[in-house]
Formats: sequence, C-alpha cells, structure tokens
Amino acid sequence: MTAAPFYDLHHVQQSYNGRIVLRIPELRVEPGEILGVVGPSGAGKSTLLRLLAFLEQPARGTIMLHLDDHALTAETATTDQRRQMAMVFQRPALLRRSVRANVAYGLRVRGGRDHREQIEAALRQVKLDHLAAADAHTLSGGEAQRVALARALVLQPRVLLLDEPTANLDPYNVRLIESLIQQHLAAGNTTIILVTHNIFQAQRLATRVALLLDGELVETAPAPAFFQSPTDARTAAFVSGELVY
Amino acid sequence: MVEIALRSLQVTVSALAISIVIGIPLGAWLALGHFSGKKLVTALVYTGMGLPPVVVGLGVFLVFSRSGPLGDWGWLFTSAAMVVAQVIIATPLVMGVTMSSVAGINPDLRPQLRALGATPWQATWAQLIEARNGIIVGIVAGFGSIISEVGAVMLVGGNIAGRTRVLTTAIVLETRQGNFDIALALGIILLLLSFAANSALIVLQTRTGVPR
Ligand SMILES: Nc1ncnc2c1ncn2[C@@H]1O[C@H](COP(=O)(O)OP(=O)(O)O)[C@@H](O)[C@H]1O
Ligand SMILES: [Mg+2]
Repeated sequence: MTAAPFYDLHHVQQSYNGRIVLRIPELRVEPGEILGVVGPSGAGKSTLLRLLAFLEQPARGTIMLHLDDHALTAETATTDQRRQMAMVFQRPALLRRSVRANVAYGLRVRGGRDHREQIEAALRQVKLDHLAAADAHTLSGGEAQRVALARALVLQPRVLLLDEPTANLDPYNVRLIESLIQQHLAAGNTTIILVTHNIFQAQRLATRVALLLDGELVETAPAPAFFQSPTDARTAAFVSGELVY
Repeated sequence: MVEIALRSLQVTVSALAISIVIGIPLGAWLALGHFSGKKLVTALVYTGMGLPPVVVGLGVFLVFSRSGPLGDWGWLFTSAAMVVAQVIIATPLVMGVTMSSVAGINPDLRPQLRALGATPWQATWAQLIEARNGIIVGIVAGFGSIISEVGAVMLVGGNIAGRTRVLTTAIVLETRQGNFDIALALGIILLLLSFAANSALIVLQTRTGVPR
C-alpha cells in the first residue's frame, strides 16, 4: 500500500483586500493523521482549508503536498493529482439535482463508466438511500450535510478536508458522521484535516490538534497533550472554555 | 399566409439562435469573470435590454443603406438585414438574463465543485446547468421581443411581398387596407407560434429539472 500524503507549510500568509487573515510560520500535517483545527469563528479555519485544497494560492509562503513521491503546490498539481483530494465546504453547496446526481458528480467529472454500485453504497453509508431520487434542495440541513459528505467520501480521496461537517447537527447525525470519518481514515493511506469549532469533537477524532486565533497558529500538539497540558496560555483558556468568543 | 408565418419563424429562429450563441457565453463570462470595467459593461448590457427596436432598425438601415459602410453587401430589404436587427434586439436580453441568473447562484458552488475534482470548464458547465431556469427565461424574453417586433423589420426589411413580409408587418398592412379578417387571422397565427415556442421552452425547463 502506498504511504499516506502529508503537507508542509512554510511562512504562509493569506490576505483579502489587503487584510491579513491567516499567518502560519510552520505547519506539518503528518501522513495518516486526523489533524483537528479548532478556533473561534473568523479565525481563518476555512481559509486554511481552501489553501490546503489548492483552491486558492497563499499571498506568501509555500504549501507543499507530498503525494506519492511528488511535492505538489496549487500551481503544479495536475487535475489527476487534485482528484486525490476532496474538500467538504462548511455550508453544503448542493446542485439543484437529485441526491443521487449530487453524490455522482465527482465520479462523473472523472469520466468512466457505471458508478451505480459505489453511489448506492455511499448513500447507504450516510443513510440517505431512501432519498436518492429526491431533489437535493428539498433536504433538511442535516440531510444536506450528509449528501455533501457522501459526495466526497464516494471519491475515496487520499486527502480529505472537512470544514465543520457536523455544525448544527443533532447528536444522531453527529455520531453517524464521526464514525464515517473514522472509517475513512481506517482505510489506510489517507490523511484528514478536520476543522471544527467543537473541541470535544476534536478530542474524540483528532490525532493532533491545532488552535487558530485571529489568523494566527497558536499551538499544535498531539490531542492528549493539547487538551491536558497545553503550552500556550491561550490554548489552556480555549480548552477550558474561558476564552470568550 | 403559411409562407409569411414560415418566414417569420425562420427569421426569428435564426436571430434567436445567433443571440443564444453570443449571449449565453458572454453573459456567463460577465457573471463569473473578474475584470476592470465590469460595472460599466453590465450597465451597457442592461441598457441594451431596453433598446427601442425602431432605433435599432434605423441604425441597421443606415449601416446597410447604399451609402452606408456595409452598403455593398446589398443586405437592405432582405431577410438577412432583419435577422441582424433582431439579433441586436435579442442578444442583450439573452445576455443580461443569463448574467443575472449565473451571478445569482451560490458563490460557494464553483470552488466546491472544483474541490470535488471538476476542471474549470466542468465547473462552468455545471454553473450554467444550475442557472438553466434563468437562462431559459432569457431565451423566452429574447424570442418574445423579436417575434412580435414590427418597427425594425419594417424599416430594414421593407415589407416586400414574398421576400421580407413577416407576420407583424403583414398585420400592419392588412389592417391599413381594411382587411381586418386577414389581419386577425395573422394575429392569431402569431399568438399560436409564440405560445408553441414558449411551451416548448417551458417543457425544456421542467425536463432538465432533475436529471437521472
Ligand atoms: N473571500 C474573502 N474575502 C474577504 N474576506 C474573507 C474572505 N474569506 C474569508 N474572509 C475573512 O477572513 C477571515 C477568516 O475567515 P474564515 O477563514 O472563514 O474563518 P473561520 O472559518 O475560522 O470562521 C474572516 O475575517 C473573514 O471575514
Ligand atoms: Mg469557517
């Protein structure tokens, strides 16, 4: 089996309209881990994910994805290489088509034959097989989020970038999605970055956790250390819930 | 009468086809692209949506008149000139409505589709499909504006029997001559054509609703 991909970030900075919203001197995402990224709203978590997904380029610095002995950037990654990655956006941007067509989208753009089996399996995984023919825009929030996750999982991406996949969901759906994330990682050669504002979710799922505050990377540590013995006072405050946001 | 109806349809469908080929890609590009002067171009397109047809007819007349820049083409008082006038009337409508409906779709959709492996072209295509209802409204509006148009085609076509006489100009003529029954019959044909075309487009709209 091929090794899991990993990222190296150096002196990364992103700014919009002249305002710096993200500053990451160094960050390494280890092969095969779930890196949890936590932080209050507006901290730059989604911006970091878009950069990691190669959807935009940093204003400064380098983001290198190491994938099967290739070192890739947003500029150099080919379509085939990009297709090893998938990101699920914070708000599910579903197509005005059936649930099944949404789940099929990533497979269809990749071309090729009949994907029915995979699609049905993915729909069963997120417990939406009974809604396969429904118009995606008639779904509830939780159902839409599960479709958004299914259309990424069905691609079996080597890099999975998740932006608050369980925000605003009921406990049943949270558990379901968390177990799917863990199953995906168990497949082996996969690396996951999970953005969440829920520190308990980070504690349950992540191997390591990074805290972003105001666009700044405050601390990155293995999950147990992050929660039990944080080195930065702001991490301690965030973990204990004292940090008001 | 059948001959006049067919000519109407032929001129209008040709003009609409050209307007679609020009208007949809340009409208989508205006909606999705980032360039300086976008606001100005947008304002110009919206102005174009309300161009008085007679003024368009006058412009086309002058361009194709014997002493005009394209006078040598000999297009004045032919159906080609009528098509040109109708293209100028319909294209801003198709373009403007395409632009606003493409601009109205979820801005996250494109990057989300890219993040699922779509190439830029595949993402653009999906965005157009997403905006299809609006685009069809634009096509309907374009069709309606030119099938029923009389001033411009009268000016540049000349209402020549057997050559450039279309339904609207024939109605004007027959009414003036007091042949109200013929005028009315032509009017009903015009309405039926318009109804049939719009129905076809509406079927298209619902048909593409939920593919697969
Ligand atoms: N496309 C954009 N244009 C301008 N500002 C943006 C854009 N995207 C994000 N921002 C700003 O960057 C900051 C970080 O946003 P984001 O990465 O979405 O934070 P988070 O996901 O942690 O809530 C916010 O202040 C936000 O307003
Ligand atoms: Mg966010």
